[in-house]
Amino acid sequence: MTHKDEVYIEAAADNFGALCLSLHKEHCSPVMGMFARELKDDYRIYCAFISVKLKKWFFATLDIPKDNPQFPSIAKEIYSANLFEREIREMFGINPIGNPDNRRLRLHEEVWPKGSFPLRKDFVPPKEKPEGREYPFAKVEGEGVFEVPVGPVHAGIIGPGHFRFSVAGEPIVNLELRLGFSHRGVEKLLENKIPSAAVRLTECVAGDSAVAHSWAFCHAVEKIGGIKVPERAAIIRAILLELERMYNHVADIGGMAIDVGFSHPAALASIIKESIHSLNQRLTGSRFLKGINVIGGVARDIGNLDGLDSIMADFKDLKGILLSSVSFLDRVEPTGILRRETAENLGVTGLAGRASGIAIDLRQGFMETYNKLDYKLSTYSSGDCLARLKIRIDEFEGSAKLIRRLLENLPQGEILASDINFKEGYSLGYVEGWRGPVLYWVNLDGEGKIDRCKIIDPSFRSWQGLSYAVLGEIIPDFPLCNKSFDLSYPGGDL
Amino acid sequence: MSTLDKLLLCRLRKGIVTVPVEIQKVEQMGAELKKAINARFRRSFNIREVDTGSCGICEAEIIAANNPVYDVARFGVNFVASPRHADALLVTGPVGKNMLLALQKTYDAMPEPKLVITLGDCALDGGIFKESYYVEGGVSKILPVTLHIPGCPPTPLEIIEALLGLLKQ
Ligand code: SF4
Repeated sequence: MTHKDEVYIEAAADNFGALCLSLHKEHCSPVMGMFARELKDDYRIYCAFISVKLKKWFFATLDIPKDNPQFPSIAKEIYSANLFEREIREMFGINPIGNPDNRRLRLHEEVWPKGSFPLRKDFVPPKEKPEGREYPFAKVEGEGVFEVPVGPVHAGIIGPGHFRFSVAGEPIVNLELRLGFSHRGVEKLLENKIPSAAVRLTECVAGDSAVAHSWAFCHAVEKIGGIKVPERAAIIRAILLELERMYNHVADIGGMAIDVGFSHPAALASIIKESIHSLNQRLTGSRFLKGINVIGGVARDIGNLDGLDSIMADFKDLKGILLSSVSFLDRVEPTGILRRETAENLGVTGLAGRASGIAIDLRQGFMETYNKLDYKLSTYSSGDCLARLKIRIDEFEGSAKLIRRLLENLPQGEILASDINFKEGYSLGYVEGWRGPVLYWVNLDGEGKIDRCKIIDPSFRSWQGLSYAVLGEIIPDFPLCNKSFDLSYPGGDL
Repeated sequence: MSTLDKLLLCRLRKGIVTVPVEIQKVEQMGAELKKAINARFRRSFNIREVDTGSCGICEAEIIAANNPVYDVARFGVNFVASPRHADALLVTGPVGKNMLLALQKTYDAMPEPKLVITLGDCALDGGIFKESYYVEGGVSKILPVTLHIPGCPPTPLEIIEALLGLLKQ
């Protein structure tokens, strides 16, 4: 079974690193994902790269015997592999030799014992005592340097994460993120489920990206089974994906205004967001567009999109207020710069990547439904909060245009495929969610059940981008910088 | 009132934002809620929210309850930054192992009456994540829960309704 957009290349332990490096260089791609999977006698490592030019995904694979679970780390050459390697060590107990950072990302040392690896097939919940080791934060020492710990319970109504700032006077000299507080073991929960029974769970990986996640999962399963999604259903999915983008983008635009104390436009933004939720509710019965994507299509048809015009009129006002306020612009520009080179090294893609000049958007060239629409992505080079704001503004307006064009193209007909089947095989599903590319690599076993499902939310890589963007800024600007990325705790923590 | 305030208000009145019936419902329940809070909590009912590993949209709906359409603050419901100022703890999420200690500490830091309210199916019993190796499953196993607001996620209106139900008792 092969898919025309996925290329798998087998390597051996002594040339795995070289293969990855050549894919990385040739396609100018960060490590888009790296994960393990358990076979009968081996573990197989996959390292995924994207080729924007060829519109293909390349996977380097390496089999390693179970009795000697280790492989040579590639993070020294390709830094964007670092977090993935740590994740593999933590979840599978496979050691990336040469990767020096053995701190855990999700299974916190305070509550989880050593040597218990949830994604192994023979895993049973551990009875041993937690390791109890204290988490070693990187220390910055020197006269006048002090630490500010924040979280996991924050002052606002927001997800849990720990931020450890080291400041010298006002400016931040180092920010350490400790995440994993939203870890729920989603990948394990998906195992052994029939795909149709798993869609609802994928919606809850990151609730604000319910459409993107469930679509990416369905896409993978549909590719495996050769299931043909009717065109009407595909277009409905795209309309909903754009609505999801719109309500999140406008929420963040308002959030950025509130974080610099500019409350009028923030209130207007939250009204626009509420209007989109009402529209969602009317269209799908869910304010967050849940329960719509199913394997093979969509669960219900949508009605008309009345209300979009008044939403756009409101948005025009919002944009006018923000971009004509000198004191607002003064706060967002040039605050929180993420340099292009840093973004590339960290593997930051999606919205934050485009604000730093990385022109990748799966809607351009990758996602079939968008091919006819001739979508033009928007990029900026400054990489600051203003650039991330402008991307959101452009994309909000772009989404509305896309929705109109999608509606024009909406054919009559079925909304569910007739040939739904779950057969053995693997594939990558992908969708450009509002934060960036959401990837689901799925392997179904002989009974059509999920054997392995690797979820990659763009937040996982992009969190590090935030910790670089705030360097040199002052702590009072942190909320603004954070909002300008607006990454998902649950999406990254799984 | 500034021009912008008026602008917002007129948008609300026109019912662009949400169906007019709902706005009426908000106003009516809000007035009752305000009465109850005036009587029992001297005009302000302070809530501290704790996310123990939710998918993120239970929070989004709590935030929405604070937007100008619902604006629960005008009825006396305030979301506060510190548990020390809170009458109630509003807990979302299935209680992942990593959040257990933080949840307990937040609760310990509260003054009386230390009400605990759970919001969303996850917080009731772990919800869709119930079977996970990393989920404690249900706040009520850890803290004494006074009220549960069901939903995945509950809407702002349902949140207001549930709070009213609790405070009217
Ligand atoms: S109850 Fe539903 S919406 Fe709320 S956190 Fe859980 S999965 Fe998300």
